[in-house]
Amino acid sequence: MNIKAGLMKKDKRAAARLISMMENGEAEAVQIIKECYSMTGHARIIGITGPPGAGKSTVTDKLAKELRKTGKQVGIVAVDPTSPFTGGAILGDRVRMTDLSCDPGVFIRSMGTRGALGGLSKAVHGAVKILDIFGMDYIFVETVGVGQSEIDIVKLADTVIMVMVPGLGDDIQAIKAGIMEIGDIFAVNKSDRDGAERTVAEIEAMLDFNRSDEYRPPVLNIIAIDNSGITELLELIEKHWEYQNKSGSCEQKKTNRLRTEIMDIFRDTVMRTVYNLSDDTNIIDVLVQKVMARQLDPYSAADRLMEEFIKKPTA
Amino acid sequence: MDRPIRVVVAKPGLDGHDRGAKVVARALRDAGMEVIYTGLRQTPEQIVETAIQEDADCVAMSILSGAHNHLFPKVVNLLKEKGADDVLVVGGGVIPEDDIPGLVEAGVAGIFTPGTPTSVTIDFIKDNIKRK
Repeated sequence: MNIKAGLMKKDKRAAARLISMMENGEAEAVQIIKECYSMTGHARIIGITGPPGAGKSTVTDKLAKELRKTGKQVGIVAVDPTSPFTGGAILGDRVRMTDLSCDPGVFIRSMGTRGALGGLSKAVHGAVKILDIFGMDYIFVETVGVGQSEIDIVKLADTVIMVMVPGLGDDIQAIKAGIMEIGDIFAVNKSDRDGAERTVAEIEAMLDFNRSDEYRPPVLNIIAIDNSGITELLELIEKHWEYQNKSGSCEQKKTNRLRTEIMDIFRDTVMRTVYNLSDDTNIIDVLVQKVMARQLDPYSAADRLMEEFIKKPTA
Repeated sequence: MDRPIRVVVAKPGLDGHDRGAKVVARALRDAGMEVIYTGLRQTPEQIVETAIQEDADCVAMSILSGAHNHLFPKVVNLLKEKGADDVLVVGGGVIPEDDIPGLVEAGVAGIFTPGTPTSVTIDFIKDNIKRK
């Protein structure tokens, strides 16, 4: 199968295979994305995050269906946790998106975190680019169920929707640092349950502390399973997009995002080079033994590793 | 092979008994595989589309309704039509001995009936996936 030609012809198999190659760290996949990078930048990237069981997959499913009514092409990347013990994973987000499986204008990909801790997987950036090249108008990135500090989604999404549910904690939870700071829109799902109004009030109170008076993230009650509030949520996504374009914050966000991405890729390259170096020379093991015997301290060991790294001609 | 094997675990047809599928899904997970779980009442078309979009190495289906002779081969044929015949297809559930040769003939590589230790299924998938 010629992957690049397939991708150009909008062959879903080619796109799917390319995403796997990215996940498995194959150099050929990176090469294809390099060649096609000029075709990216079309899609709007929407992050869906929130605690486990909040309804992220259901919200994604309903938003995608709404967009399909207007003929938009929709990509979905859904991340679930990989077991740190076995490397296995149950990727179950598709269970809520069954009706979208056979829609030719939709592509859904499930991914395991494979050791990443920020709520996404390392290959998500690549997968989003691939779906962008594929021609998707909207790409939803659904994070793993998050706790308090998995905020990698801000490095990727144009708009982040924080899906909350009633009854998870009090107002102290809402003013803690971390995920509560990254929502561009707050959707309180399962709003037919007790405590929904209180949850909204707590989020609103938290937002009252925000310094920026330019944009205040809206808080919306929804019941995703009944499709209640979904069109309103979509309108809020559009409003946020308009605001970003008008205020210039979109440019700023994109610049910051690219800077982070380049540095992340660079850091990965450095780490890979160092590990390859160690495969050849065993240098890490040697240094560990020396520190163990107190002949060397860990700081000097790291300096030595850096010296070896600099000496190495770039591969 | 250092990449995880990707398996779509699916419940085709109308029966609502997914205990077995979930046990298998969990066992495959513990064997280091990435299991894409589709949930109940999937059509063969949905299963095949899922296998393609997820770039699965294997489709593992469970049927307890007796519709296996119809639904299992249909998935095999649809995969072929879509050019995805490099996907291994296995099945499980309440399947009479007499039906097994016909299913194997139709391209279902392995059939695992009640009582099969999960390790048998795991080893079969590891040994028989077509892409390395």
